[in-house]
Amino acid sequence: MKIMGQGKKVILIVDDDMDYLFQMRMHIESFGFEVITAESQREAEKIIENTKPDLAIFDLMMESDDSGFILSYKMKRKYPDVPIILATAVSSETGMSFGVNTQNDKQWIKADLYLEKGIRKDQLHKEINKLLKI
Amino acid sequence: MEKLNVLVVDDEPGIRSGVSRILNNFSVSYPFMDSDYGFNVVETSTGEDAIEIIKKQKIDIVLLDNKLPGIQGTDVLEHINKNQPEILVMMITSYASLELAVKATNQGAYDFIPKPFTPQELKSALENVSKHIFLRGMTKKLNKEGKEIRYQFLSVLSHELKAPLNAIEGYLKIMQEKQAGEKIEDYEQMIDRSLHRINGMRNLIMDLLDLTKIKLEKKTDKFQQIKVSEIAQNAIESINPYAIQKDVQIFLHDNQDVEINIDPGDLEIIFNNLISNAVKYNKQNGRVDVFIDKKDNLLIIKVKDTGIGLSQNEIKNLFEEFFRVKNEQTKHITGSGLGLPIVRKILDIYNGDIQVESEVEVGSTFTVTLPV
Repeated sequence: MKIMGQGKKVILIVDDDMDYLFQMRMHIESFGFEVITAESQREAEKIIENTKPDLAIFDLMMESDDSGFILSYKMKRKYPDVPIILATAVSSETGMSFGVNTQNDKQWIKADLYLEKGIRKDQLHKEINKLLKI
Repeated sequence: MEKLNVLVVDDEPGIRSGVSRILNNFSVSYPFMDSDYGFNVVETSTGEDAIEIIKKQKIDIVLLDNKLPGIQGTDVLEHINKNQPEILVMMITSYASLELAVKATNQGAYDFIPKPFTPQELKSALENVSKHIFLRGMTKKLNKEGKEIRYQFLSVLSHELKAPLNAIEGYLKIMQEKQAGEKIEDYEQMIDRSLHRINGMRNLIMDLLDLTKIKLEKKTDKFQQIKVSEIAQNAIESINPYAIQKDVQIFLHDNQDVEINIDPGDLEIIFNNLISNAVKYNKQNGRVDVFIDKKDNLLIIKVKDTGIGLSQNEIKNLFEEFFRVKNEQTKHITGSGLGLPIVRKILDIYNGDIQVESEVEVGSTFTVTLPV
């Protein structure tokens, strides 16, 4: 297990939109956290294998429509205590809101918080602090 | 202004009056909507009352708390789904009961809004619902007029258009607040990225225009007897600057001077899409070969590249609107996901066909056949 950021909390952000990723990194670093990023579900899974972040923010639709759900599931199985935010603009846009159809899928949604993208910076900070109990 | 009736069901008077206050002075407008939406708020504290109100008056949206004194929110949801499924239900729920909210969305709630919410959060939630109501209304109207329109297409489209807007807006906000420094040079990369996203959006819009131009019947008045290689040559010339950047060479092979009677614009779209894809998804030092041939009254166009290739699974989805191949090699390539669907649509009009052969890491060949 890698020990990260002396004292700083580490936040993992996963999103396939490189601009969104860049902006999130910038905001979250300005809150005083250390940030690691991944641009795909696959890349994130590799990171999770040997790194335990203090909090994770996942996009929903990446390689597949439910990449965010799958990541949440895998993450919670490995690190049950790490809070997860699912950030997406997809739910109300597409009417596919939480497109989970099978019983099996339903059990996959393991996120602690669900956020619409485009949330204000200060609000994002508040939500992260709440989840980290700061 | 059109008014949407919102019923707030919550036993906390504070929440009810808060929602009323926020929504009474709020309206939603989108460039693509004919009129703005305002809101009339109706309040009640119990689920039993809510069901009575819904029976008596027209309600468009229900903001529904789950924890109620009598029957629970999910019971009201069930009633609505059974009797008035056109009403959109938003569950109001505390963060702690996210699982319940997810359950509710699976049982037919449109969305949920976590409590406590800020006025802004309530507003954006209502914005989304109104847009949904608008699109639903429009889809119904168009269906009635006998036009084929797919809600799925519109909603995915709004998502595709929103992603670059979000990105650009994000950068502009950073610049507005001077978050990365005082000098314009500090923002060079963000400006580049914004321009890049705008460009992607422009291409998407161009593709959409192509898509809407394609009529379901042949526009025979635009038909011309043309040399296929001339159109191909034009397409190659317009793509060549990009090909040079990518270090890809394009070769045209036509031994028969094949002619066809077709709308030249349509043929141009076919060549543009196939050749630009062949360049875009090629490798450094790669090549693209365009073959024009004629066999048994069929025009055969082959576009062969030495690019990254496609898996069987990707080939299956290739002609779906907005489908894009996502992997390490394609992540910096922009595209609308509409090019091949457009080609397929055009070919359908002319009773033509398109086939794909591909090998991952070796390249792909797209073969178009058109009756001459």
